[in-house]
Amino acid sequence: MKIARSLLAAAVCTALAAPALADLNVGVVVSATGPAASLGIPEKNTIALMPTTIGGEKVNYIVLDDASDTTTAVKNTRKLLTEDKVDVIVGSTITPNSLAMIDIAAEAETPMISMAASARIVDTANPKVRWVFKTPQNDIQMSTAIVEHMINAGVKSVAFIGFADAYGEGWYQEFAKIAEARKLKIVANERYNRADTSVTGQVLKVLAAKPDAVLVAGAGTPAALPQKALKEKGFKGAYYQTHGVANKDFLRVCGKDCEGTFLPAGPVLVAAQLPADNPIKKVAMDYVGKYEAAHGKGSSSTFGAHAWDAGILLQNAVPLALKKAKPGSKEFKLALRDALESLKNVTVSHGMVNMSAQDHLGFDQRARVMVQVVNGDWKLIQ
Amino acid sequence: MDLQIALLLGQDGIVNGAIYALLALALVLVFAVTRVIFIPQGEFVAYGALTLASLQIGQTPGTLWLLMVLGVAVTALDAPALWRQGCRAGPKIYGLIGRQIAYPLVIAALVLGAQPKDWPMLLQVLLALAVVVPLGPQLYRVAYQPIAEASVLILLIVSVALHLALVGLGLLFFGAEGSRTPAFSDASLEVGGLTISGQSMWVVGASLVLIIALYAFFERSLYGKALRATAINRAGARLMGISTTLAGKLSFLLAAAIGALSGILIAPLTTIYYDTGFLVGLKGFVGAIVGGLASYPVAAAGALLVGLLEAFSSFHASAFKEVIVFTLIIPVLVWRSLTTRHVEEEE
Repeated sequence: MKIARSLLAAAVCTALAAPALADLNVGVVVSATGPAASLGIPEKNTIALMPTTIGGEKVNYIVLDDASDTTTAVKNTRKLLTEDKVDVIVGSTITPNSLAMIDIAAEAETPMISMAASARIVDTANPKVRWVFKTPQNDIQMSTAIVEHMINAGVKSVAFIGFADAYGEGWYQEFAKIAEARKLKIVANERYNRADTSVTGQVLKVLAAKPDAVLVAGAGTPAALPQKALKEKGFKGAYYQTHGVANKDFLRVCGKDCEGTFLPAGPVLVAAQLPADNPIKKVAMDYVGKYEAAHGKGSSSTFGAHAWDAGILLQNAVPLALKKAKPGSKEFKLALRDALESLKNVTVSHGMVNMSAQDHLGFDQRARVMVQVVNGDWKLIQ
Repeated sequence: MDLQIALLLGQDGIVNGAIYALLALALVLVFAVTRVIFIPQGEFVAYGALTLASLQIGQTPGTLWLLMVLGVAVTALDAPALWRQGCRAGPKIYGLIGRQIAYPLVIAALVLGAQPKDWPMLLQVLLALAVVVPLGPQLYRVAYQPIAEASVLILLIVSVALHLALVGLGLLFFGAEGSRTPAFSDASLEVGGLTISGQSMWVVGASLVLIIALYAFFERSLYGKALRATAINRAGARLMGISTTLAGKLSFLLAAAIGALSGILIAPLTTIYYDTGFLVGLKGFVGAIVGGLASYPVAAAGALLVGLLEAFSSFHASAFKEVIVFTLIIPVLVWRSLTTRHVEEEE
């Protein structure tokens, strides 16, 4: 009934958040239902934990669900801009929706902070990206970490099995590029669907290629299926997953079959295990503490943390923008954009942010760690 | 591809095909009796599996609340008519309250009070079925019975609406992440270097038993014959004193039971999500279409074909698996429209 309560809370928040003049209005688009719901729900829950005043100004969060659907995301964005007159847009959860929202945000000259992963969202080749920022790490940072780990572990050949969608395809391209550069041989490239009930065919093909390791590129609990099938058919090599699986439900569903699996993830996943002198630890622990106080122990996820990081960026940028203009004006939106681009050394739960005109993500290598599944929990290994 | 791989793929295809066959049979049954294309069939697969999973980890499944709410709704719909009949309807009112109010309360007491978490597997499965299966006739009473005489198109539109509502409720009840349940047995069989897991034998065995039981039900029992009569000619069956409402409820009861049982059977083999049912149901639907939504054996054979096609295409061209499976429907439809004479529906 936790979900029911949070849905109700979100509905009430949306209803009460009638935009008043001079308040800061934050429009949020999340995929709280549909295929991306396992990412969107923690994000929506996180929005409810965010501070209600920034720099002395009252903040209204207007949360709309896009049902993981691109058309709805676009419609919601237009609604937020024209009816609610928002000063900034946070969202959406997934890449296709975020890409579609760029045009609208840029057209309305409103800054937008995406919570989706693809590097294309902030690719500066597109001039409209001037208005767009994002909080999740690029896939390429994560795949570099995996390739690095594989080389060090003496892996010579690897099989790839991923989602038959943008996530799997994007991962394959990034991974293949780096693997080729580092002389790592990809011996199989297989796809499956999130809702598939069997992956026997793909698994047999992977086994026939005799790889040293397997990389599964899936998000959430569906990523457990190929790994369980490989274990059942007796694959003895190393298993790698992507950061898309970094939540407790994956561990619950995969059980002992996932013991020993390696994956790259944002440091927030293993916040408590970070060394005490790491500045990210404090911010990450703060988020995990707040989220778990509201939703129960073990409920926090790296996805919700992306939303939290968007909140931290706003808390740093809004006071700067307030010096130049009042919320609700065109000038304020521009000032907020400039302020977001100028952020330096901001510690968020996933890393350290140093924005620039060329880099609207701002993460470096501190934004990812390698994690292993040990005794049914995440363990930091580097 | 050597023989070993072909055998493994064939085995996988047969296990999946068995589930599709069960769903195809349920779809044909519901369509033949009520003319409803039962899109929410797949939701019963997800509800069955996830209800069992919730019971096993000691959570209260949301389907229990749905059972109680629908029970109240059905009582509210049926009671006024019975009331007007006066004292003659007394036993009927008791029956109604017993089925729709008392039964959900008893089930709720069992789920909440009796710690089903520690029960043996078989009892947990029975309890999960006891929660999910009555939803079938309840949904028929609430959604379809008032428009039982409407055109196939309107019934289809209601099915789509019901499907969307049930998927939404599934997300609310069970959350976005999936669940798996432990296998019925850990036994496995070695046949010529091929390992067959106990669970896949359970799936194929249970499907066969169910198909034989359905055959016996339709051929031997009075209710089964009444359903067949309704399927062949609604008006005629009515003139013979067969209640079409009862036939509708009965067919939905069977469809819900088959769906929930299929879900429980495959839950140990794969992860089930709140929206898994739709795709599984859709593949059963392809099988049912092969049988022209009328023939049980052809529908079952079609579903088995879908399962095998899926297994082999996932080996050869995994990225195009769904494309291959759903493209199957086109040549079948072309062939059917060429070979059967088209009769305009009299509506």
